[in-house]
Amino acid sequence: MADAAATKKSTSIWARHAFFERNSIWLLIGILLVVAIGGLVEIVPLFYLKSTIEKVSGVRPWTPLELAGRNIYVREGCYNCHSQMIRPLRDEVERYGHYSLAAESMYDRPFQWGSKRTGPDLARVGNKYSDEWQRQHLADPRSVVPGSIMPGYPFLAQTRLKTGEIAADLKVNAVLGVPYSEEMIADALADLHAQADPNADAAALQKRYPGAQQRDFDGNPKELTEADALIAYLQALGTMVDFKLYDDKANIR
Amino acid sequence: MSQPNTPGAEFSGSGATEPGVDQSGRKKLTFGEGGLAIVFAFLTVSCITVAAKATDPAYAFHAYLSAFASLATVFVIFNRYFDRPAALPPLEIDGKPNYNFGPVKFATLAAMFWGIAGFLVGVVIAFQLAFPVLNLDLPWTAFGRLRPLHTSAVIFAFGGNVLLATSFYVVQRTSRARLAGYLAPWFVVLGYNFFIVIAGTGYLLGITQGKEYAEPEWYADLWLTVVWVTYLLVFLATLWRRREPHIYVANWFYLAFIVTIAMLHLGNNASIPVSVFSPKSYIVWSGVQDAMVQWWYGHNAVGFFLTAGFLAIMYYFIPKRADRPVYSYRLSIVHFWALIFIYIWAGPHHLHYTALPDWAQTLGMTFSIILWMPSWGGMINGLMTLSGAWDKLRTDPVLRIMVVSVAFYGMSTFEGPLMSVKSVNSLSHYTDWTIGHVHSGALGWVAYISFGAIYCLVPWLWKKRELYSLRLVNWHFWISTIGIVFYISSMWVAGILQGLMWRAYTSLGFLEYSFIETVEAMHPFYLIRAVGGVLFLVGALLMAFNLYMTIREPGAAEADSGVRNPSLVPAE
Repeated sequence: MADAAATKKSTSIWARHAFFERNSIWLLIGILLVVAIGGLVEIVPLFYLKSTIEKVSGVRPWTPLELAGRNIYVREGCYNCHSQMIRPLRDEVERYGHYSLAAESMYDRPFQWGSKRTGPDLARVGNKYSDEWQRQHLADPRSVVPGSIMPGYPFLAQTRLKTGEIAADLKVNAVLGVPYSEEMIADALADLHAQADPNADAAALQKRYPGAQQRDFDGNPKELTEADALIAYLQALGTMVDFKLYDDKANIR
Repeated sequence: MSQPNTPGAEFSGSGATEPGVDQSGRKKLTFGEGGLAIVFAFLTVSCITVAAKATDPAYAFHAYLSAFASLATVFVIFNRYFDRPAALPPLEIDGKPNYNFGPVKFATLAAMFWGIAGFLVGVVIAFQLAFPVLNLDLPWTAFGRLRPLHTSAVIFAFGGNVLLATSFYVVQRTSRARLAGYLAPWFVVLGYNFFIVIAGTGYLLGITQGKEYAEPEWYADLWLTVVWVTYLLVFLATLWRRREPHIYVANWFYLAFIVTIAMLHLGNNASIPVSVFSPKSYIVWSGVQDAMVQWWYGHNAVGFFLTAGFLAIMYYFIPKRADRPVYSYRLSIVHFWALIFIYIWAGPHHLHYTALPDWAQTLGMTFSIILWMPSWGGMINGLMTLSGAWDKLRTDPVLRIMVVSVAFYGMSTFEGPLMSVKSVNSLSHYTDWTIGHVHSGALGWVAYISFGAIYCLVPWLWKKRELYSLRLVNWHFWISTIGIVFYISSMWVAGILQGLMWRAYTSLGFLEYSFIETVEAMHPFYLIRAVGGVLFLVGALLMAFNLYMTIREPGAAEADSGVRNPSLVPAE
């Protein structure tokens, strides 16, 4: 290792590096340039390449009740153990259903693809089990699946769902590009209550959110609970695209 | 903000250039003290307003906590002002730098505290996976809320404080200059730890963004941004004071870590809050783009927080403890630039076979494999620094911990590229193999190099000749190493077993195992892993005891060995 005087005379590339070692600001700028490249190349094209998100029909924004349920899913950290991303591998497609499309989570903020399957994938759990099963399973997982290691969430069915902010929730999502119309935002609270009430008018909700399931999800019609919202969300997961009509070949990327 | 000057000094024409003193030599508030006091007084009022109107009790709790902390800060600023002598601490005393080690000491102790807390939560959630009844059916104690608490406590609280402590120590020593700023270094250290408190209590109360390793909500993210920018400024301004022409190699890595984490933090946490009175926000990105941004962030939190920053520790503490110069200057240049350039690309390997477009997956895999080379470049540079001093491994358990940490670094940076190969990943992804891989890096590399650095730092900072007991260090080393081996080998078996069970077919062509059968098969391995975690925790408790006794030890010694050390001649 030469001393500083020697490096000044030397013209080798190693000596030139002294420039960065002597100038903290250039070192800083050099670092910033070098670390910016990879991210730019990998992220930016995802926003303009049209093939990134498949063209599919059926994917609609979450209903207010499903969105509230999704927020509970996020709050409880379900993503720590459950993925929502079926890979195109034989065993996964047979176990969980059609592999996941990017389009199916295009309105998801944040995405909940997950990274670990301590429990099974939930991307297509919708309509696989009855509401009653979901209720019991959430309250006491081992009462329906004896070997389960999932925590029990009995408090969900006993906690009244907080609905005060739901219109604001939809509004922020709309600002970010989720196609919630003015009407959907204005009627968010009414739609939320209607979806959990089997006696409410179905037509309005169906018009705004085609295919939304409407019933009392938690088995307690007197109260709108967090279990109502979470089960509504779970029962909607992976049900929006009709894979009998979906053309795999059309979207090969 | 705490590079104070005396307003009006240039007009008065007097010689009152000393900060904190007016023309007549009397004490006066510096710009930094006054400004910070006003900012925090304003924050106190704002937080109380937010608390009063908060839509969520947990958020109100955070607002009150912030109001209280802001008020306490105002009090502390004035208290310090009244207690201090008229002049601020000098930059040099008798021609020697007057190092500022107060914030370093605080961060060192905080690291030890959060480390043990984080390991403890890790042990708890490990047992929860073996015995689900331990979730207690309560919201605050369920795995889903405790797991982010564990990851944040060990990565950001333990690791973060280690990085703060060592970077503030190393930048002063290698620049031979006092840390820049009077209040700023304390603001960074205390502000960062306040962020940890907000983040951690938030998870328990159900406040989360739901993005792995970036769970804190918008207001905690904003606060961290302010703290982080101050951190960068303090670090840079200290470099500007340096008495050495060259910036030492460890500081390149610290700088890359600080700057890149800022970039990643801002990119991944871009969100719009529902309102100022609500903790809830929605991320700007969605679906597949959010996934890519998340793992661009997530993998580089590993690359820059847990690798670049800790490589900086390696580049200072190993040469210092071994009393040898860094093995190769050229290797450090090559692997520095290669590492920071290539790491950024590796994110998509977390998204193999997902709905992320194939071109991005292929790029991620390719760069992950290339990344093996600069990683091992760093490992070789660290290990070969011991050439001529290998005998010290026999006598110095602190050096042994650090060398083994570099060996673990080499192992997990080989395993990483292996797992990023798509066909391997199709088996390993979603299984506990990933968890084992993370822990061979986190326990073996990050925690061990941190332990080594703290074992070095504590006697230096508190001016003791040596640690209270090197035998205890030896015990710590062996107990923890056995713990790590239990941990990673059980997770290898668990992960590969579960991955194979998921894809097993009967001779009739049906899936052989239901999902729950594969969960039940994990039980023995979860138990072994939990035992490994307990051993690791026991080791850390021994360490805490050892450090406590070291600090308490009477005889102060001239442990000030920084100046005479040859390895501190800047990388040249």
